[in-house]
Amino acid sequence: MKASAFGYTKANDLAHALALLTEHGPTAQVLAGGQSLLPMMNLRLAAPEWLIDINDLSDLAGVSDTGDAIRIGAMTRHRTLQNDPLVATHVPLLAQAVPYVAHAAIRNRGTMGGSLALADPAAEYPAVALAWGATMVLASASGERRVAANDFFVDLYQTARQPHELLVAVEFAKARSTQRSAFTELAQRHGDYAMAGLALTLQVKANIATEVRVVPLALGSKPELLAPVMACLEGQALTAARVQAAQAAIDETVEAQGDTHANAATKRHLTRVLLGRALQQVMETA
Amino acid sequence: MKEVTQTIDTVVNGETMQCEVPVRMHLTDFLRESLDLTGSHLGCEHGVCGACQVMVDGEVVRGCLTLAVQADGKRVDTIEGLSEQGVLAQLQAAFLQHNALQCGFCSAGMLLSALELVREQPQATREAIREHISGNYCRCTGYQAIVDAIESVLQGKFAPATEART
Repeated sequence: MKASAFGYTKANDLAHALALLTEHGPTAQVLAGGQSLLPMMNLRLAAPEWLIDINDLSDLAGVSDTGDAIRIGAMTRHRTLQNDPLVATHVPLLAQAVPYVAHAAIRNRGTMGGSLALADPAAEYPAVALAWGATMVLASASGERRVAANDFFVDLYQTARQPHELLVAVEFAKARSTQRSAFTELAQRHGDYAMAGLALTLQVKANIATEVRVVPLALGSKPELLAPVMACLEGQALTAARVQAAQAAIDETVEAQGDTHANAATKRHLTRVLLGRALQQVMETA
Repeated sequence: MKEVTQTIDTVVNGETMQCEVPVRMHLTDFLRESLDLTGSHLGCEHGVCGACQVMVDGEVVRGCLTLAVQADGKRVDTIEGLSEQGVLAQLQAAFLQHNALQCGFCSAGMLLSALELVREQPQATREAIREHISGNYCRCTGYQAIVDAIESVLQGKFAPATEART
């Protein structure tokens, strides 16, 4: 199918993009990599009146070290993240997740900012950003504000970004020496959207887990922390029995929404299996 | 809403051109309908099948998920323009030899994915080949012959270092 008619402007720089958003905001969509937006438009699930193309905003692409954090520009492509040494060293959870993001040709185009701003609950970056406690940097004609990942994801495809704002970067605090992480995912075909998945990060000292954060993929309408699982693990020794207890907490407390790939019970089961694998990985490296 | 058009300057298979395109037209429609370059195909038009793949500034992209207006100022290479060159010609020969196609609908996209793999991961294992072509559907071959064909090119029937990246 073909997209319905729309107006199109290529922004020359950030100020131009923000002026366009101020003018067209509620009826416009920002075109970053376009690897989710254009399919939605071709399927007529989305029909924005205006597209603001930010692909020429090269200042928004790239990974930098701010001292305490790693800042990733919104226009940084998956392909770049896959091979970035700063990400590999300081945000291992993200490095673990990138190989699961889409297929090669889509990784050449798709962006960090586009994925976060779309907020698909089956996508990797929103889950990683929430598990890591990342910070979104939003710009508008009137200035910049920062929003914690905890407050950014509002509902299905809805974020705290206002129509006149542009997500310009995301910042991930650097991992501490005691920090461990794991990312696991199941898809029908490698690179497809997740049937189930899990982003996990925690601190491990003398085999005791603290600051545990677990975010499942494709389980609900938005990325959310798995609070019962986190509570089950927090302050506890990482043992086989504790892993089983955490898995049981999923069965007992987690609500899942089925989709065309799997019903709710299957998704809960898969998430339980993935939690076991993720904790196993952490225990092997702790 | 009425159809909006824009004028683009682009280079397609080495040929410089200026064209007026509807902004909602995707790149593969532009290549097929306006330029009669029908080598890249349209399967799903939402980025799942990979039959529409072309190269933009040397990177493989989904033609159905790229707007024609986004080719402004860029170089576009299609299967028609790439087949004369070394590695792609070898891949084509290997596909023929290994029976890595039947209907041929996926072949243009599959070959471009294979080309990018050979250029960037000359040491790729069979597993890496499968991962790299996971975004390209083939409904005829069952993939085994395609993996065989790509592997045969990777296993030293040519020297990747001698091929300059275009």
